[in-house]
Amino acid sequence: MTGSKQKLPIYLDYQATTPVDRRVLDTMLPYFAEKFGNPHSRSHAHGWEAEDAVEHARGQVAHIIGADLKEIIFTSGATESNNMAILGAGRFYKERKDHVITCVTEHKCVLESFRQLEQEGLEVTYLPVEKSGLIRLEDLEKAIADRTLLVSIMAVNNEIGVIQPIQEIGAICRRRGVFFHTDAAQAVGKIPLDVNDMNIDLLSISGHKIYGPKGVGVLYVRRKPRVRLKPLLSGGGQERGLRSGTLPTPLCVGLGKACEISEQEMKAESERLRSLRDRLLKGITEQLPGIHLNGDLEPRVAGNLNLSFGHVDGDALLAGLKNLSVSSGSACTSVSVESSYVLQALGVPEDLGRASLRFGIGRFTTEEDIDFAIHEIVAHVRGLRKESPLLEVARKGADPKSMKRAAR
Amino acid sequence: MTRAVYLDYNATAPVRPAVIKAMAEALEEFGNPSSVHRFGRLARRAVEEVRERVAALVGARSAGVVFTSGGTEANNLAVMGTKRERVIVSAIEHDSIIAAAHDCEIFPAGPDGVVELAALEDLLARDPRPALVCLMLANNETGVIQPVAAAAEIAHAHGALIHCDAVQAAGKVPVNMEELGVDLLSVSAHKLGGPKGIGALAVADQVTLSPTLRGGGQERGRRAGTENVAGIVGFGVATDLAGHDLERFAGLVRLRDRLEKRLRELTLETTVFGATAPRLPNTSCCTMPGVPSETQIMALDLAGVAVSAGAACSSGKVESSRVLRAMGADEEIAGCALRVSLGWNSREEDIDRLVAAWGELYASKRAGALGLPAA
Repeated sequence: MTGSKQKLPIYLDYQATTPVDRRVLDTMLPYFAEKFGNPHSRSHAHGWEAEDAVEHARGQVAHIIGADLKEIIFTSGATESNNMAILGAGRFYKERKDHVITCVTEHKCVLESFRQLEQEGLEVTYLPVEKSGLIRLEDLEKAIADRTLLVSIMAVNNEIGVIQPIQEIGAICRRRGVFFHTDAAQAVGKIPLDVNDMNIDLLSISGHKIYGPKGVGVLYVRRKPRVRLKPLLSGGGQERGLRSGTLPTPLCVGLGKACEISEQEMKAESERLRSLRDRLLKGITEQLPGIHLNGDLEPRVAGNLNLSFGHVDGDALLAGLKNLSVSSGSACTSVSVESSYVLQALGVPEDLGRASLRFGIGRFTTEEDIDFAIHEIVAHVRGLRKESPLLEVARKGADPKSMKRAAR
Repeated sequence: MTRAVYLDYNATAPVRPAVIKAMAEALEEFGNPSSVHRFGRLARRAVEEVRERVAALVGARSAGVVFTSGGTEANNLAVMGTKRERVIVSAIEHDSIIAAAHDCEIFPAGPDGVVELAALEDLLARDPRPALVCLMLANNETGVIQPVAAAAEIAHAHGALIHCDAVQAAGKVPVNMEELGVDLLSVSAHKLGGPKGIGALAVADQVTLSPTLRGGGQERGRRAGTENVAGIVGFGVATDLAGHDLERFAGLVRLRDRLEKRLRELTLETTVFGATAPRLPNTSCCTMPGVPSETQIMALDLAGVAVSAGAACSSGKVESSRVLRAMGADEEIAGCALRVSLGWNSREEDIDRLVAAWGELYASKRAGALGLPAA
């Protein structure tokens, strides 16, 4: 065991959710208490104060993606943003264009939105991905037709962290006159994004993936050229009629602050996370044979690693790691251990897919955490392999050189 | 400096201190409830505990409670998720009901603000297609309490489902979904001292609901999206406090009556909407004849008193209230209405401040109208 006093379990699931940054929390708290007004109350100072705060936050969000603040629509989270972008555009334009394109490794809420559009009579093309986890631009070019309305490709995959060629996709979509939506829930604050530079028309953001609160997200909706959407939520006509419902002032403020912090710290933080990620990968692969990296290492966000462990049972792998909070597959499906559809799409064999772990490294992860994780994983996997009938690998893993390292 | 007087609780209520404390703690405990590890399991447990408490507040079964991003989403989900061929709504429903149902049929309200059930029955009898009836429990502008249980009997007799928007009623008066006999019921946290951004739709066992938000299958497939855990925790605390304080809340009627009495003393011309009907104890919708709502609100705001003309939604455009017009008020009267709504932190002195400022404005307007110098 390491000698440091770490609080266990160690959290390494930053792609599932992130802790709210203290600075974000401090910014939010006054808007629960003395500044509690309804931002849509136009008749008194309580309302104006809340409205000002929401508009300031809107500006902070706009800034991190190079948008205008009028293009920022607050939602209840990335699921709603993705639903709103895909269903909203599909339903608004379906009389004119009835074909849409996405990719097989998208988040469930994107795929489910497309399934719904299929039910409503649109045709959906699901692009495959290569072993790298990336789509082929030629496939996209080929899939686009005259009647294609929308392409939706995520910026960063939630399970394997790979970064899709957003710039190139945006260029293709613009050239072909097709709207481009990207689910950037896992990308904002981690990689530079610019909606104009990248020709993005719709972009989804989540609060709780970037050290902001749960229950809030954003959909960026381009104004020039204008993208029109059929609203998902109707009522009081808030958010320029695109999204009804009282805005949760503290949550909006928290998301704004979270964007501001992430934008300021992105460069330095990415380097730090990358070195932690590399340390984790090196620490595990130096001591254990039979480790497979799912998706290419580059281009990938700094804080993600997705590994499969050969000759290990999937259920036993996750069940034994009591001191580490990691996930196998995405959190939404993690109730049962089964090979995730993302890994299947990469062509990862079922047994390796089941024996996979996603490590999410983030703002509060330390070097000690990583060293502890390496130690836990190496010991646990060695133990499992010793019990496993596939002993030849276990023997290799138990060579004296790596034993010494583990005992350090 | 004198305390700012907030009398717009039906727009939003200040969050209770205990709620803020619990939320601040919950924000630091941060798991995703769908994660299987310890962080996730703690978050899941917190969510499920609150589900039971919210169910208890409104007399629903906890398995039927679906957390949403608020009252608007809950109302939208009820209207769209039940996928009924006909949607029949009362004329005084919130925009989040009316806008969610395209081609809804409307049954009227009488001059006292109470809906006319005979008209509902006519509509149901006229057309046998499966219907959803929407009737709110308490109106957001007038506070008038609606005959929901009777409407539920009528709806069910005609094979219709009935949804009740209890956003303004929950936490203010006792609400029991089972006793009301409704199939779906909406609540919002921020109207009862909880945070904005969280609400719930309670759904009876027999109702199948098609989701508005699709994705990770959260909320038993009825509402996708990572749960707003801290919001849910705050909702739970607010629910407990509101449930506990129902009797105290009923006591606000004394303040409300004091307000209306004092206003009538200032001018007999004031109209109090829904005064003859059962109302929420905290809501008063009254007029200052001849003075547009906007003018009253601005003057009161300058005097440090926050009230509103009606619903607080959207564009800030001032138009006279659809609800008041549904009660038969003409444009002119409806355009002079003021909504005063009290809550857990309201005091007698707040009423006195409001009455003083209102009286001053009224006197100066009257003097102006009579060509006299203002008093």
